[in-house]
Amino acid sequence: MPQISQLAGTYFSQIFWMLVFFGLTFVIVGRGMVPKVMATMTDRNQTIANDLAAAQAARDAAEADAASWSATEAAQRASAHDLVAEAKHAAAVATQTRLADTAARLETQIHAAEARIVAARAAALDEFEHVAADLAQDIALRVAGLAVSGDDARGAVKGPFAHG
Amino acid sequence: MAAEPKVDPMHQFTIEPLFGSDNWSIAGHNIAFTNSALWMAMSVALLILFVSGGLRRQLVPGRWQMAVETMTGFVDSMLATSVGPNGKKYVPYVFSLFSFILFANYLGLVPLGLVGLHPYTFTSHFSATGVLSIMAFSIVLVVGFAKHGLHFFSLFVPHGTPVPMIPLIFVVELISFLVRPFSLGLRLFVAMMAGHVLLEVLSSFVITGGNGGPLLFTIASVPSFILMVGICALELLVAGIQAYVFALLTCVYINDAENLH
Repeated sequence: MPQISQLAGTYFSQIFWMLVFFGLTFVIVGRGMVPKVMATMTDRNQTIANDLAAAQAARDAAEADAASWSATEAAQRASAHDLVAEAKHAAAVATQTRLADTAARLETQIHAAEARIVAARAAALDEFEHVAADLAQDIALRVAGLAVSGDDARGAVKGPFAHG
Repeated sequence: MAAEPKVDPMHQFTIEPLFGSDNWSIAGHNIAFTNSALWMAMSVALLILFVSGGLRRQLVPGRWQMAVETMTGFVDSMLATSVGPNGKKYVPYVFSLFSFILFANYLGLVPLGLVGLHPYTFTSHFSATGVLSIMAFSIVLVVGFAKHGLHFFSLFVPHGTPVPMIPLIFVVELISFLVRPFSLGLRLFVAMMAGHVLLEVLSSFVITGGNGGPLLFTIASVPSFILMVGICALELLVAGIQAYVFALLTCVYINDAENLH
């Protein structure tokens, strides 16, 4: 077993070179390189964490925007609805007013027309009386040879006319 | 009968000075640049090459950078679960430990024998793993006493120990604490050595059986070879697990020093 049989002659060389090369490993690799590798990893994790945080912030902002937008939309919808309802109401009121006006105007026109009809009727009846009185005067003169005055004739005719 | 080729399963662990460095020494101690040191150097070189691929610092990592970051992240989370937030400062050390052992274990399994080179696993020597485990143990002692002072000794008395039991428990806990550097270093060394010995022994069965005629080849060599394939896969697993276990236990011990109980 060379580990034991050669120990007396080689132990110092073994220990010496082990210290030298492990020391080199520790100084060059352990102290020199590993911290840089670890720093790279830390930086990367930091970058990733920052990016994730930024993404999360952007997402939150976008969600807040969307929420406020939909709130605005709802408000605008509501106000538009109110506007439409108001306009409908106003239109209905206006229509009713105009209908009432028109109805009133028609009523007055109808009344006036009826009055005119009554007047015309009266005038026509009056004309009938005159014609009848003239006819009665004429008939009385021709048939009986009587000269009836206009007023008498009219008085005679009036009776029947008065009864329509 | 011709002399059968002898396969010595222990030969692979022999330490040989290279490049005529046999007589290099510091203060009278031999520091020959051995094959063990060479494989340590190769592990370090490969590790530096590997981790430098993770230094591109891109926001979206490529495959290589991803692999390095997975490994540092693995060590980081291991320390985070074992030690907690205080464990962050040990990442360079535990990462060095874990990756150095991992690369050493895997390098020793590379089938370089196919091209005539002699693969070597320096983690199969307790003189090498012992250095790592004693360093881990020293860190625990230094951190423990620096952070908690003499209160560190309360580590040896778990919460809720009945008063009459305290002396006994203290001794038991102290022994288990002092055994740690040995168990830590021996575990890695034994696991790596056992696997390599097993592969070598099985390969000697394959060769001896092959030389012994068709019958022996069929009943010894073929099953041994199939078993070797499986053991190789197992060794790849063990190489990773032992590096992980070494690093994990170091984390657990550091946790004791950082947080007591």
